[in-house]
Amino acid sequence: MTVSLDHSKAVYQGIKDAGIQFITALPETWLVYLLQMAEDDPEMCLIEVAKEEEAIGIAAGAYFAGQPNLLLMQNHGFLAAINGIVSLAMLYRVPLCMLIAHRGHMGEPYPWHTQGGIVTEPVLRSLGIPFDYARDPARVGKQIREAHTYSLSSLSPVALLLSRDLMEG
Amino acid sequence: MKRSKCIETIYPELHDKLVVTIMGACAQELYDLGHCENFFYLQHAMGLASSIGLGLALNLPNEKVVVMDGDGSVLMNLGTLTTIARYQPANLIHIIFDNGSLLSTGGFASHTTSGVTDLAAIARGAGIKNVAAVSTPMDFVGAAADAFEGNELSVIVAKVEAVGPDHFGMDLKLPENAFRFERYIKEHQNRKF
Repeated sequence: MTVSLDHSKAVYQGIKDAGIQFITALPETWLVYLLQMAEDDPEMCLIEVAKEEEAIGIAAGAYFAGQPNLLLMQNHGFLAAINGIVSLAMLYRVPLCMLIAHRGHMGEPYPWHTQGGIVTEPVLRSLGIPFDYARDPARVGKQIREAHTYSLSSLSPVALLLSRDLMEG
Repeated sequence: MKRSKCIETIYPELHDKLVVTIMGACAQELYDLGHCENFFYLQHAMGLASSIGLGLALNLPNEKVVVMDGDGSVLMNLGTLTTIARYQPANLIHIIFDNGSLLSTGGFASHTTSGVTDLAAIARGAGIKNVAAVSTPMDFVGAAADAFEGNELSVIVAKVEAVGPDHFGMDLKLPENAFRFERYIKEHQNRKF
């Protein structure tokens, strides 16, 4: 399994073009280049958390502060963050723009990712969180901008699932 | 030492700071002193008040951010102390009222009861340098004054009695609190620059 550097660059450019200056994240393999780019970017503030639910609180604080921001996490991190998403973001109508590495789905060779991969979309649906799949590096920038815009207008969590096609190239 | 007295003592100092509280008794006791537009009460999502404070402090370096936390909430998100320690926002004051009890949810003992778990030691171990552990009103006031006047990340662990208000309720809907808090910050920032 190789993470695509070129496609990661397309994703990062999309993040930049969306006006994002603050990223809250927990490292994960598919996100490795994205996090390196954020670390090396003097215009970007990258906060790495110990567990993803924290990131929901930090993102809410950044939103209150008026800072355009998004979250980067693996789908298992999304599952770990659900109470924060429900009882902070949804309860208080705080926007969240979540870019989620969709591990454990079609083509997944690692057994440990599979259950999380199977339940991610049904959990998003049951929570009523708008989501889309990002598969094409030529389109992902527009999808990030649209996800960010929609989170702000709907005052809701919005998820963009980064797929295997996109991240492994 | 009662938490309500602690909050009352520092209340006059809070008007120019951003304040985030946890749910239940802590939120109610602050609200009962008089709501201000710079107060945000996190009435659920236990553990995340400190994370909201961190997000605020990192993005508003010219504002002082005060988090009023509790032992039960901190225990639900101990990782927050390590994240706060790593990024060390100089403008964050994290007050943890430790009553050794999950008071607002039935009064069950928390892990800090009878000194089993030492939150101040955990905060120090996480890498936070300026940690005060206090158990008298005078020490609390002193630690709070130092934290408010200083320019350094501060954690104050205040041992308090497991007592709360005899009533709960606010004339403030939860999203309304969020909308007004965000608007206060926006207008306050516009005035400053």
